[in-house]
Amino acid sequence: MTLAGVLSQLLQVALALALAPLLVGWVNQCRAWLSNRSAPPLLLPYRTIRKLFTKDAIVAEGASPIFRVTPYVVFGAMCCAAAIVPSLATDLPFAQAADAIALVGLFALARVFIALAAMDIGTAFGSLGARREMFVGFLAEPALLMVLFTASLISGSTSLPTIVDTLAHREFAIYPSLAFAGVAFTMVSLAENARIPVDNPTTHLELTMIHEAMILEYSARHLALIEWASALKLFNYSCIGLALFFPFGIAPGGGDWLATMGAAPALIGKLAIGGFLLALIEALSAKMRIFRAPEFLGTAFLLAVLAMLVNLLLGS
Amino acid sequence: MAALPFYAQLINLFAALLLLLAFAMLTQRRVLSLVNLFAAQGLALALSTAVVAWGTHQTHLYWSAGLTLLLKVALLPWLLLRLIRQLDVKWDVEGLINIPTTMLIGIVLVVFSFNLALPISQLAATVTRSTLGIAMASVMLAFLMMITRRKAIPQVIGFLAMENGLFFAATSATYGMPMVVELGIALDVLVGMLILGVFFFQIREQFDSLDLKHLEQLKESEE
Repeated sequence: MTLAGVLSQLLQVALALALAPLLVGWVNQCRAWLSNRSAPPLLLPYRTIRKLFTKDAIVAEGASPIFRVTPYVVFGAMCCAAAIVPSLATDLPFAQAADAIALVGLFALARVFIALAAMDIGTAFGSLGARREMFVGFLAEPALLMVLFTASLISGSTSLPTIVDTLAHREFAIYPSLAFAGVAFTMVSLAENARIPVDNPTTHLELTMIHEAMILEYSARHLALIEWASALKLFNYSCIGLALFFPFGIAPGGGDWLATMGAAPALIGKLAIGGFLLALIEALSAKMRIFRAPEFLGTAFLLAVLAMLVNLLLGS
Repeated sequence: MAALPFYAQLINLFAALLLLLAFAMLTQRRVLSLVNLFAAQGLALALSTAVVAWGTHQTHLYWSAGLTLLLKVALLPWLLLRLIRQLDVKWDVEGLINIPTTMLIGIVLVVFSFNLALPISQLAATVTRSTLGIAMASVMLAFLMMITRRKAIPQVIGFLAMENGLFFAATSATYGMPMVVELGIALDVLVGMLILGVFFFQIREQFDSLDLKHLEQLKESEE
């Protein structure tokens, strides 16, 4: 563990915390532009979070401690994930503690807690949202794991910094398996981040919402933490995608402090493009019926498995 | 992987694309999209054949690539689209098995054919031998598509897609068949398509539907 490593680790988490709401604001702005509406301000998510932090929290009657603990658990899990995913540098002391599988586990932990909290209150919407979330989650998780396994097969390790190091510094070659895995990963991230083909992040319509249905009972600082955590989740997923499929510009392992600083503009540029593409996908597609979701995520799983198989067949 | 020359990597990419398109056809509900996917698969096949020709300096493969382009990207999709328009059958096709299950069966088939192709491809001496597994998988998937579809047109598209897979197998295992054989197959496919087109009209006239389950009955009415 080097000083530069610790510094880049800290910088990376701080950057993730600071930029996550900005990414959400940027995506919302692009969506508004693409659907010919006047765009909300770029910094609106920050203002929402600040506003929520200054309000008094109200907890529903009969809520158990799980309900109070959940926002902190979810936010903590997302912060840990931000520390593991190599978005700026691959020299991350914290990432030694957990590999790609543990990362999926962290996301699962957050999902289980938020679903428990939603059912804890006993409202109809809460349990409906929780059931749907678990339904989508159990289909998305194997596909995500398969995508990560494909990348692991190429680099021979499940540790994310090693994977990114291998992928970023290989000689140029076409990897059909990575192309498949990329498409699968895009589909999984759309589902996991409650984006349009599966869920609509802006809706509060009873019959269609998934994520919003679960957090209806939260208010003030709890809600702020959950909103921030879902922004972080989007940020983390974008960073995983960028690190696996566009790993250029990430500071190499053992790199100096300046290289990490230099990686930040590249990351912001890539995220801006990625956010625009996400908005484009959302603008072009219509929300599916909930029972179409298995088909959508089944396709993602299929693509990820194909990626692995093709890699085994052609890579050897 | 890095030891492979660039053109071989390109072929691998097209092979993977071919497999992906085979899966897309397997899970596609709409007849029109099915035809477009078939055309796209033909294009991938023609491109991969052209790349093999360019990489291995087998000039006769250029001819077969051109033939594929003409026949499978332009002529056959055009014929199919015309048939669909004339028969007015733009409905969604329902399969015998639901789509997620079909996909799972498809994955099993892919694993099976990859395993099957592995020892065979050791015998071939071509650069592209590793794509033999993909070619076999495409054939199997087209088979599966023919089995799981109930209507006539998707079955015919499945048949044509199977021919795509066989053609790709020939290119990848032995750098293509002799020109005479290739021309013969192309003609066969074309004539087969035309005859099946006539059949469609006959079937519909007889049963008022293109559902092939009517053909399973031998008599007019079995009371």
